[in-house]
Amino acid sequence: MALSTSSAITLNINGEKHTLPVDHRTTLLDALREHLDLTGTKKGCDQGQCGACTVLIDGRRAVSCLQLAIASEGRVITTIEGVADGERLHPVQQAFLDLDGYQCGYCTPGQICSAIAMIEEHAAGWPSAATADVRPEAGAPPLTADEIRERMSGNLCRCGAYVSIVQAVAQAAEAEAAQTPTTARQFSGPSGPGDLAHPAGTTDAEMTA
Amino acid sequence: MREFGYQRVFDVPGAVARLGADPDARYLGGGTNLVDLMKAGVERPALLIDVRELPLDGIETTDDGGLRIGATVTNSDLAAHPEVRRRYPALAQAVLAGASGQLRNMATVGGNLLQRTRCGYFADLAKPCNKRVPGSGCPAIEGEHHNHAILGASEHCVAIHPSDMGVALAAFDAVISYETADGPGELPLAEFYLPVGDTPHLETALPSGALITGVTLPPTPVAAVSRYRKVRERASYAFAIGSIAAALDVQDGVVREVRLALGAVASRPWRAQEAERVLTGGPASADAFAAAADAELAAAKTLPHNGYKVTLMRNLVVAMLTELTEEAAR
Repeated sequence: MALSTSSAITLNINGEKHTLPVDHRTTLLDALREHLDLTGTKKGCDQGQCGACTVLIDGRRAVSCLQLAIASEGRVITTIEGVADGERLHPVQQAFLDLDGYQCGYCTPGQICSAIAMIEEHAAGWPSAATADVRPEAGAPPLTADEIRERMSGNLCRCGAYVSIVQAVAQAAEAEAAQTPTTARQFSGPSGPGDLAHPAGTTDAEMTA
Repeated sequence: MREFGYQRVFDVPGAVARLGADPDARYLGGGTNLVDLMKAGVERPALLIDVRELPLDGIETTDDGGLRIGATVTNSDLAAHPEVRRRYPALAQAVLAGASGQLRNMATVGGNLLQRTRCGYFADLAKPCNKRVPGSGCPAIEGEHHNHAILGASEHCVAIHPSDMGVALAAFDAVISYETADGPGELPLAEFYLPVGDTPHLETALPSGALITGVTLPPTPVAAVSRYRKVRERASYAFAIGSIAAALDVQDGVVREVRLALGAVASRPWRAQEAERVLTGGPASADAFAAAADAELAAAKTLPHNGYKVTLMRNLVVAMLTELTEEAAR
C-alpha cells in the first residue's frame, strides 16, 4: 500500500476549528499564511533561527516554521490574531505600542507572542541562562533587563529595536504581576503549582541597565 | 522536500513495530532539527512516526535516588524541573544555555541526543561530506573549520556534536534506555556515541530501529555542586565554540571527587577522564587545575583555524574548577 502523503486535518486556531487538506510537508506557518489567510504570523528565516513565526501551541511559544501542520492536530494554537480580547489589546501588545517596541514591525507579532509566553514562564518560576542560581531554593529571579534579553533571544529584530522591546516586555510583565495574585496563576509548567514563585517587580534602574 | 507519510503513535511497542516495517521511516519528536534537515534535503524520510504522544514525558526519582527522564520530556520541562535544578544544576544550566525559549519548548530529550552536527558542509548538498555521503570527502579539514573538533576526530570527519545537554549528561554518567522489536536495552552515554574513525556516518550504537525511551541519571551527590558554562560567538542563542560541565567535591583543600565533561570539542560530549584522574586525591589549586587540563588536552589535534580551542578549554577548566572550589568553601 502506498503511503498517503497528504491528509485532511483539523486545526484549533484562536478558538476556531479549521479543516483543511494539507500535503504533509506543510509547516504550521505555511498552513496559517497560505491556507488560512492568517498572515499576522511572519515568515523570516524559515529555519528556526529568527523567531518571526512564533505562535503559542498549548500555551507555550514555539516556532511555526519547524512545526508540521499535521503534527499540530489536537493542539491549541494561538496566533497574534488571537491574543487580544476583542477590541481590547493584550497588555503586551499595548506595551509595545506605548513604548515603540518596534521599527518596521515585521518581527513584532513573533516578539509579542514570545513575550506573552515568556512572562508566564517567568511567573511559573522557570530559570534562564541569565539566572545566577538555578536551584529552586534560590527562588525566581527578578525579571531584569538581562533576564528579558536572554529569555527573548529567540526573537531577532533586524531594525535593532531591542532597547524598546526590553522596556515593553518589562512594563507588560510588571502590569500583569500587579493584576494577578500569585495564587490565581494557572500555568501548565512542569514545576507544578508548588513551585510557582512570585516574580519580583522590575525597577526602572533594572529596565534601563 | 521529499513527500512523506505521517503516523502518530501512542504506545512504544506500536512505534517500534511501525518503524521496523519501513526502513525509510524516522521518528519525529520536536522536529527542530529533523524538519530543518528535511527542508535542506539532508534527511529524506518516506514516513514520519510522531512520537510526541508516547507516555514518555515524565521525570521521576528512581528507587536509588537517581532521576529517570522520559525521552519526550521537552528541554523546557527538563530545565524547569525542581529535582533537576536541585540535584543536577549543571544539567539545568546546560539545557538553558541551548537554543531559544521557543525551541526548548519543542525539542525533546531523545531528539537532543540524536541531533546532527551543525557543520556547514553536512547541511550543504552541493558539498562533499563523509557523514552525509560516505567516502565523498571532508572539505572542512582544508576549509571552514574554526568550530570543529580538536579531540577524537579523524581524517574523515572533524565535525562536533552540538548538544549542551549531552555534556552535562556525560559528566553525570547518564544511561540511555531504548526499545527495539526484540525488547529493551541500555547504553551508558560513554558508549552511546561511536568513535569517528572511517565511519563518521555511523553516529550511535543504538540498534537499528531502536526508539530512545529515556535517560537515567544515577544518584550523584557531587552533582549538587556543579555548573555548566558555554562560550559562544554571541551572548545567547548560538551554538558553543567550547563548553564545560563540572562538579567538584573538595574537603580540606583536597579533591575528593570531580566530574568534567567538555562540549564543542569532539564528535560527542567529551568526558575528561584523564583530567579527572590527575585531579582526584590531589590539591584543589589553580596549578593542579591547569595541569589536569593540560593532561586532557595533550591529545588535542588542531587544524589551522581551531587551535584557539585548546587555550579556551584550558582556561574554562581552570576557571570552572576555581569557582566550584570557592562555592564548596562557602
